[in-house]
Amino acid sequence: MEELNKYFLNNNRRHFLKNIGFGIGGLALGSMLDPFNLSDSNGMSKLHSGSLPLPHFAPKAKRVIYLFQSGGPSQLDLFDYKPYLNKFRGMDLPDSIRKGQRLTGMTSNQSKFPVTGSLYDFKQYGESRAWVSSLMPNVSKIVDELCFVKSMHTEAINHDPAITFFQTGSQQPGRPSIGSWMSYGLGSLNDNLPSFIVLLSTGNGKPQPQPLYSRLWGNGFLSSLHQGVQFRSGKDPVLYLQNPEGVTKEERRKMLDHLAEINEAQEKSFGDSEISSRISNYEMAYRMQTSVPDAMDISEEPDHILRMYGKNSYKPGTYAANCLLARRLIEKDVRFVQLYHTGWDQHDNLPSQITRQAEDVDQGTAALIMDLKQRGLLEDTLVIWGGEFGRTNYCQGKLTDIDYGRDHHPRSFTIFMAGGGIKPGFSYGETDDFGYNIVKNPVHVHDLQATILNQFGIDHERMTYKFQGRRFRLTDVHGEVKKELLDI
Amino acid sequence: MKKTFPLFSFIACFALVFGIKTYISYIPKSEVSVLENEFDDSIEKKVSLPETINYNFDVKPILSDKCYKCHGPDPNSVQADFRLDISDDWYRKSMENENKKIISSGDLSKSELVDRIRSSRSSHQMPPPESNLVLSEREKLIIEKWISQGAKWEPHWAYIFPSEPEKKIDFKWNIDKFILHKLENKDLNISNEAPKELLLRRLYFDLIGLPPTLVQINEFLQDKSDIAYEKVVDKLLSSKAYGERMASIWMDVARYADTNGYQDDTERTMWPWRDWVIHAFNRNMPYDQFVTWQLAGDLLPNANKEQILATGFNRNHMITQEGGVIEEEYRVEYVADRTVTTAKTFLGLTVECARCHDHKYDEISQKDFFNLFDFFNRLDEDGVISYTDKAPKPNIRLDSNLIKEELPFIKIPDSISELDLMVMKEADNLRKTYLLNRGAYDSPTEIELNGSMPSAILPFNTNFEKNRLGLSKWLFDPNNPLTARVAVNLLWQQFFGIGLVSTSSDFGNQGALPTHPELLDWLSIKYIEERWNTKKMIKRIVMSKTYKQSSKPTPLKLKIDPKNYYLSYFPRQKLTAEMIRDNILVSSGLFVDKIGGPSVKPYQPPGLWDELTGGSTSNSLKRYTMSTNGNQYRRSLYTYWKRTAPPPGMITFDAATRDYCTVERQKTSTPLQSLVLLNDPQVQEAAKYMATSLLSEELKSHTENIIHIYRKITGRSPKKKTLSYLIDYIKEVEKIHLQKGESFDNSDAQHKVYTSLSLLIYNLDETSQKS
Repeated sequence: MEELNKYFLNNNRRHFLKNIGFGIGGLALGSMLDPFNLSDSNGMSKLHSGSLPLPHFAPKAKRVIYLFQSGGPSQLDLFDYKPYLNKFRGMDLPDSIRKGQRLTGMTSNQSKFPVTGSLYDFKQYGESRAWVSSLMPNVSKIVDELCFVKSMHTEAINHDPAITFFQTGSQQPGRPSIGSWMSYGLGSLNDNLPSFIVLLSTGNGKPQPQPLYSRLWGNGFLSSLHQGVQFRSGKDPVLYLQNPEGVTKEERRKMLDHLAEINEAQEKSFGDSEISSRISNYEMAYRMQTSVPDAMDISEEPDHILRMYGKNSYKPGTYAANCLLARRLIEKDVRFVQLYHTGWDQHDNLPSQITRQAEDVDQGTAALIMDLKQRGLLEDTLVIWGGEFGRTNYCQGKLTDIDYGRDHHPRSFTIFMAGGGIKPGFSYGETDDFGYNIVKNPVHVHDLQATILNQFGIDHERMTYKFQGRRFRLTDVHGEVKKELLDI
Repeated sequence: MKKTFPLFSFIACFALVFGIKTYISYIPKSEVSVLENEFDDSIEKKVSLPETINYNFDVKPILSDKCYKCHGPDPNSVQADFRLDISDDWYRKSMENENKKIISSGDLSKSELVDRIRSSRSSHQMPPPESNLVLSEREKLIIEKWISQGAKWEPHWAYIFPSEPEKKIDFKWNIDKFILHKLENKDLNISNEAPKELLLRRLYFDLIGLPPTLVQINEFLQDKSDIAYEKVVDKLLSSKAYGERMASIWMDVARYADTNGYQDDTERTMWPWRDWVIHAFNRNMPYDQFVTWQLAGDLLPNANKEQILATGFNRNHMITQEGGVIEEEYRVEYVADRTVTTAKTFLGLTVECARCHDHKYDEISQKDFFNLFDFFNRLDEDGVISYTDKAPKPNIRLDSNLIKEELPFIKIPDSISELDLMVMKEADNLRKTYLLNRGAYDSPTEIELNGSMPSAILPFNTNFEKNRLGLSKWLFDPNNPLTARVAVNLLWQQFFGIGLVSTSSDFGNQGALPTHPELLDWLSIKYIEERWNTKKMIKRIVMSKTYKQSSKPTPLKLKIDPKNYYLSYFPRQKLTAEMIRDNILVSSGLFVDKIGGPSVKPYQPPGLWDELTGGSTSNSLKRYTMSTNGNQYRRSLYTYWKRTAPPPGMITFDAATRDYCTVERQKTSTPLQSLVLLNDPQVQEAAKYMATSLLSEELKSHTENIIHIYRKITGRSPKKKTLSYLIDYIKEVEKIHLQKGESFDNSDAQHKVYTSLSLLIYNLDETSQKS
């Protein structure tokens, strides 16, 4: 059917252009005046529709904001309250709990594994009585919107493979990112912005935060049309977006009009469909020159909104500013907004580091969720907050009264979600008294991925892409939708 | 696909009648399934049944498409405990009539399968009506003819040694005869030769990766001799840029990069190996030697430094320096990477699946995987390297004197006195290889393996060494059915965009069938006979009429063979990321032509590296510093490749990530590509430079100037209509500047106009295409 759709799409477009007698310039003019409605008013299809007969069933959500907390936030200092660890502070982790499970090379040669509770106060909040520590004062106020999964577990124990696993379903590079899968399967919701957008911010918690890798938002074997596009703070939010100095908008428009004319003539002589897609890409690029700065321009946001996201929201490139941007992009119907905030890797000096790190994200996260809610967007926008693994219940390095560190812990950790048809005011899964092993309702990374896709009407076993003789899935050959997490 | 196709064809015809262009959708090649499915039944019907039915090409695709769903390899969906993919089941006794078999070789009346496919009873008919699968009349006839001819089972086509085409008296095969033979079956013909300018540009990009200059174009246009074209072919094949072009393809295969790839992504030194690759191509090293040195140069008797250097090929994979990583886990990854790369590159086999379990589609078992794995599991290497280790062991040290005397192709800068780089070397105490349960490093089984190759392809000769050298001997064993096919297919892909087997990394059951099996076999046999002479094979391809033909299709050709599988015209292809940038450099005159040496850093938007490392100071590669002294204008082959933040312009134009072996790039078209060509400072600078050099010469009319620039950038003279659009454009731009009150005697304003014009031409479709 794709051929037919494309055929009609192209003819409609041409027909439209001829009838209004504007030429390509007219089209662009139209989209500048009314960048979001043009496509609907004349029957033009969206930038690209999904490549599959999707959804498989009725979706609950249309858009995602994934707030990735890179480095591995300490669930034991944020959400997973374990008074037992405070009571037995300094006690060597019993073998009956550790069961010889593997450790990273950073602590495997420690002779002792003294457990340590959190220095921070935990309280229960909201009607849902969810536990949150004093590090997250704003998040604690919105717990009734949140669904905590306290029994996440992963297979990887180091940053690179663990983040890659969360993002692509595989520890080794080469597979498409979850945002690329969504773009591939469901297509774009708008004609002016990429369907998968990435925003980066650097945490203040750790002096030398873990790096990120552009492959995390890579399209893998899918078409690069589905790659995540990084929006950066500063004058060129998308690489090469700005016209070069001295080139006016008018001149650029003239160039594109002539370019289109010559390319169209070329198309007539070669019958190469690649050329028509080239022509529309130039138009999209032109529209992005307006739509991207528009989306990035927070000057039209009223003060009370900026205040809601906190003082950092005025500072481009911070987590808070990115949260605000994420909302603006979602409002403009971007399918998948992926944030990364680095610095959650507290091997040592945890107390001083995590205070700054939590402060980075607490207010922005809470504001984003409530802002989406007040605009009626939370219903069909899924927000996910979490890192690539958790942290150990035992101390890395020296344990003192005021200081400790924690190593990577893949066996159990906490993430939370909001909106998108996920059950609000709910905590799922449990760890043992030591906060080491999961004792109830484990959720594997592939389960989480399956559940996310499910909210978009996608059966994770059926969304596949055949590459080099094999049909690949985001969830590889695993994953199970966790129905208990759904708000039905 | 099948269902919508006739409808689409109908609409397409309808559209053509009314003079409206049709659009044929681009489907990424990896989605292309069995070729025959792509065709309209009505066209197929016209073709009479082959005289001899070939199981692999005629029957298996039908069975696979229409029957395997319930009677195929997947144990979970097999019905009636009967599989059509194994020949043992074919000759089973019929359950419904004991005088019959399911398939009775040579006897239709005693074959239940025939009753079933001809049955009109819905409970009896195969495929059953509720499956929505229907056999066409032609498909039924093929199955019947195959049964009456004996229903013989054959191994997978690619595992049978290539056979020579039938010899006829006074008949010499060449590429065109094979192509024409297929085309005639479709009532198609080859196109006329492409216009000289287009052909020349095509040839230049294909052989040396660079465009021809105006002088070279004029020379060729003026040369009216019969051998004008061949002369250029020979000249290009012997130019040093040929090696650079070939090397740029090999870099993807070898997953070459200048950094280690994981986590902090520190620097490594592998460019001397890249210089060797260029050198090897330029001296036309036979393919068998080229591969043997890379896989096992260190194991050759009295291995010299060059042979050892070549083995860097299998050290190009990513290596981690992330603290706290479990060494063995990563060491196993490296060995698996070499295993997968070797199988994919030289055998067209996807063996990844077999790391965890026996392959579901191909005859490759988990044991086969670990047998191959064993060859690469014998290094004394580290799973985790230190931040400062630029050449993790095993490595070699080359000092500048030795380089000057023995390895002069390594372009070592004067400032460097010695180089350390990674190579392959067997450990003194060989590690034993055990089959790993589910492929996991920490789950070794008791099953010990020591180096062999899948016997379904070719049994491993017991005389061969059980090491990488033995592996190379097996690859180039005169009876190996895959090596030559896979290699010539990759060469074909280099020129035509799609291999004769469109899935160039998968010659297995899930891969595509060759469009021209006889041609593939013939080329393979030639390659072997001619002692793996790559330049000779390339010359054969580019001298063919098939290669030289025009890229303009007719409506009829578009209708009969919309994807141009049968090559009734030359397939237009987008230039690669490297070619697009190099064309900009060469045409503008900025290009600095210097072979080899350390990688260089051209323009890149500021801050890209810093953003990912978050300002970390532990990493020497946190900040990108652009090269100077002309190094920023070198061929894109030499662009510094940092794996976690690869050059954005290159990645946008579908360059491979180099995280793993890639034998076939994506071909996409995105708005981000438009932004690069419109606004990248490199393109801007080239456009300005173009205007500057134009204005420094004696000024001519707008028309002449436009033609001059257009020819430099696209390699051809503009068509009348294009020219008039461009003249019109110049006037419009002048107007814009006049409105701003600028005077046009002013050379500054002229400069702006021609800069703008050059930029427009850099963005044309014509410029980015190999037509």
